[in-house]
Amino acid sequence: MKKRIATVSLAGCFGCHMALLDIDERLLDLLQSVEFDRSPLNDLKKFTRRCDIGLVEGGCCNEENVHTLREFRRNCDVLIAVGQCAVMGGLPVMRNAIMHSEDPLRECLETAYLNSDKIYNPSNRIPNDEALPLLLDKVYTLAEVVKVDYQIPGCPPSGDTLWYTLSALLAGKPVELPYELLRYD
Amino acid sequence: MSKEFTFEIDGRLVKAVQGDTIMQAADAAGVYIPRLCDTEGLEPQGSCRVCVVKQNGRSVSACTQPAIADSKVENETEEIQGYRRNLVRMLYHEGNHLCPICEASGRCELQAMGYRLGITQATKYPYLQPVRPVDASHPDIVLDTNRCIFCGRCIRASRDIDGKHVFEYVGRGIHKRVGVNGDRLAQTNVELTDRAIDLATCPVGCIIQKGKGFFAPIGQRQFDHKPISLGVAAVDPEEAE
Ligand code: SF4
Ligand code: SF4
Ligand code: SF4
Ligand code: FES
Repeated sequence: MKKRIATVSLAGCFGCHMALLDIDERLLDLLQSVEFDRSPLNDLKKFTRRCDIGLVEGGCCNEENVHTLREFRRNCDVLIAVGQCAVMGGLPVMRNAIMHSEDPLRECLETAYLNSDKIYNPSNRIPNDEALPLLLDKVYTLAEVVKVDYQIPGCPPSGDTLWYTLSALLAGKPVELPYELLRYD
Repeated sequence: MSKEFTFEIDGRLVKAVQGDTIMQAADAAGVYIPRLCDTEGLEPQGSCRVCVVKQNGRSVSACTQPAIADSKVENETEEIQGYRRNLVRMLYHEGNHLCPICEASGRCELQAMGYRLGITQATKYPYLQPVRPVDASHPDIVLDTNRCIFCGRCIRASRDIDGKHVFEYVGRGIHKRVGVNGDRLAQTNVELTDRAIDLATCPVGCIIQKGKGFFAPIGQRQFDHKPISLGVAAVDPEEAE
């Protein structure tokens, strides 16, 4: 039976999903043995059934990310944090430690929407529509929110790294990245 | 004449001279013991504990512990590599280590140690996320101690080689950080030619020479293909020119 894989991008840039496409023609081999469930690659927004592998890109910066991550944990046997954002927060985590700031989230929003001469924002307000997910006080790594089975670092991890990871998992082996595939950048 | 003797590291016979540390004897024999605060040319400080080994069953830091005749030293055993992984991970959690945007990425000894030890596992340590001010006041040098691992290499290099005392620890406990002997770097007598500023001195990306970030492309950096070890130095001096 084909293994089911679900993927999602939380507070990430989709670069890690692009890296998955970097496995090139091996994608055809992959599709012989797996089927994609919920994923932006097929635009399925909900789980259709339980999955063997969940790949999560990006950390948690808002409450919707936390909700989605918990859903992934509930629905996936093996949950993998893919990329530096998922592993340690990545670039978004910079807002946790803004220099000289007592209140980094406020400073981040004020710089983004109010105090920069590079923006056009006639309302002069920080967006607060109730349809927008509430931002968390800081950016959290996946492992700070749920149990994570594997962390695949890199920004993004290379296509080869992702291929190696998936091949090992599909063969029922533990993921131990060889030296050249382990990168934190 | 000084007394010579032998001892074992992971079952391999190694020669030493009376007074050698385990690290000195290992280096001379071509056996690599992982290290971060110890570096060629500076007095050992024994603070990072990454060089931890077992000498006749006792945990000691190889860079400060004298070698003992006929002793048995364990270096790269699974147990000790486990300690090292935890130590390196804690260093990652103590600072802001955003490797994708760091000037030192690819030539950083902390990162290289993470690779050598194969660190990918999730941890439950909290991130300290310090917010220390970056000092870019000097025309040639930037100091960003948010990536500092408190190895003291800049302090020892400035004091013992440059004779200047530009860098020193300030504060205590969790507030300890590296400071400079002036309001800011621009007010000190630091110079680009100081050993403390040499790219090989700071093992991470705290002491940055302006205009010298990202000098080697990805794929050609020091640790892209070879793990950190003897002879695989942090900075290839030719490339840094
Ligand atoms: S790890 Fe890098 S590539 Fe992946 S989502 Fe984060 S920023 Fe994008
Ligand atoms: S100092 Fe080293 S470990 Fe820290 S961010 Fe820079 S490259 Fe990464
Ligand atoms: S600034 Fe660099 S050399 Fe100095 S103590 Fe920190 S990590 Fe070590
Ligand atoms: S290298 Fe020996 S304690 Fe740091």
